[in-house]
Amino acid sequence: MKNILELDSISKIYHDPKTETLALKDISFSVADGELLSIIGPSGCGKSTLLSIISGLVAPSSGEVRVLRENAALGYMLQQDHLFGWRTIFQNACLGLEIQKKKTPENLAHVHELLERYGLGDFKNSKPSQLSGGMRQRAALIRTLAVKPDILLLDEPFSALDYQTRLRVSAEIAEIIRQEKKTAVFVTHDISEAVAVSDRVAVLTKRPATLASIHEIKLSPGSAREAPEFRLFFNAIWKELGVNE
Amino acid sequence: MSNPSPEHLEYLKKAKLGKLLVLASQALILAAFFGAWELAARLKLIDAFIFSQPTRIINAAVSLAASGSLAKHIGATLWESVLGFVLSTVIGTLMAMLLWWNDFLKKTLNPYLVVLNSLPKTALAPIIIVWIGNNVKSVIFTAVMTSVIVTILTVLTGFMEVSKDKIKLVEAFGGTKRQVLSKVVLPASIPAIVNALEINIGLSFVGVMVGEFLVAKSGLGYLIIYGSQILKMDWVMLSIIILCALAAILHQLVVLFEKRIINQ
Ligand SMILES: Nc1ncnc2c1ncn2[C@@H]1O[C@H](COP(=O)(O)OP(=O)(O)OP(=O)(O)O)[C@@H](O)[C@H]1O
Ligand SMILES: [Mg+2]
Repeated sequence: MKNILELDSISKIYHDPKTETLALKDISFSVADGELLSIIGPSGCGKSTLLSIISGLVAPSSGEVRVLRENAALGYMLQQDHLFGWRTIFQNACLGLEIQKKKTPENLAHVHELLERYGLGDFKNSKPSQLSGGMRQRAALIRTLAVKPDILLLDEPFSALDYQTRLRVSAEIAEIIRQEKKTAVFVTHDISEAVAVSDRVAVLTKRPATLASIHEIKLSPGSAREAPEFRLFFNAIWKELGVNE
Repeated sequence: MSNPSPEHLEYLKKAKLGKLLVLASQALILAAFFGAWELAARLKLIDAFIFSQPTRIINAAVSLAASGSLAKHIGATLWESVLGFVLSTVIGTLMAMLLWWNDFLKKTLNPYLVVLNSLPKTALAPIIIVWIGNNVKSVIFTAVMTSVIVTILTVLTGFMEVSKDKIKLVEAFGGTKRQVLSKVVLPASIPAIVNALEINIGLSFVGVMVGEFLVAKSGLGYLIIYGSQILKMDWVMLSIIILCALAAILHQLVVLFEKRIINQ
């Protein structure tokens, strides 16, 4: 597979009047087209910062992010669903199209189709507060997919869900991403979640975050949790995080 | 719910009864107040010439209404107050948008806003009348001035409390600052703006009263100041009762408006 995204020695220093914080130090890796790569690391190490830098919303202090496909669109999904309470689910799903002034009949039809396909067809005109946590998360993903991004950036999108729902929704959403043939960079601090859904797992050290290693997960997505090797991958990453703690 | 349980019916009955009891008690307080007032005046416990009395107030209302001047005064006060609070809400919200937009401006003007907010604005009313003139414009200006600063501060606080992540979401879609304002910051701050509207009703009345006291041409404020000068206390009391009613009605209207906006 060809690379679609390359990070070249990214460093990030946050400045404020009292101190400066070195959040990221010299991080380089690449993401292949169609790949689902997880980023895992101790809390506060700089995972969100790294994702913001990839998205272009935050400039790195040094280093470079290269997107290797021309006009590749990025989609960003945040920790909470942040559906707007004053909009219906359909209007929420159209937010990106509206901002990018791309509310064409084809694109709107695409949103309808996504909502139908992923079980929200009957809730188009509902307000977010009428949906369960898992449904809201799916609605947030559809809002991201509506603008047809080539690369999805997901920042702990399931952390607001309870454990049962989380297991189901993370599998569901990974499935949707594979079906839609998207590339995704997925931040989490849940090792089993990372192993279960991704092709590769990048492990970061505690702050200042450096890249500790990248694990290639050779499990069939969907049934990864049942595979005997699951524990091996889990343990390897767990040890590494432990060493770095 | 298709078939409410007996317990639920019992609960509904109790809730309704409780509500009725509160309403009845509220009405009773009002009746007792006016009844005691009337009685005290009739028994000559208070001097009705100074303290007035409900029946005299009704008589005053009838005669003022007959001459048409009551409607004129109520109309003037209502018009000035409504214009005052609508104007200050609109101007205050626009100013808050400007300060939200320009962080430098916000930081620079912040101490002035804080000082102006604590200043009793009615102290400036005499100056306004000298500058703008002895007319309705001064009254409205005073009304706007009493509430515009607090509106700016309330709405701006609402703007600043909008979740950073919601803003980030719009920016991640490539949204401009204008879109951040129109798609997130403004709609998320509607409750703060309606809240400002509610505060502004009371403040606007304060401004209008002070303005009318000074301009002394028309309005309930004029009736109060004129009535007290010629010792027509019936007029004064009548005006105050009408003011209470106007404030209650306007407040109720804003509450209804608020409910509609929040529910939609
Ligand atoms: N805007 C900012 N200004 C200053 N410091 C910041 C800023 N954003 C993040 N930081 C600091 O940078 C470090 C990394 O933060 P970041 O949010 O990227 O970590 P994270 O790995 O996503 O954490 P979590 O696991 O809690 O989500 C933290 O120490 C944080 O305090
Ligand atoms: Mg984070």
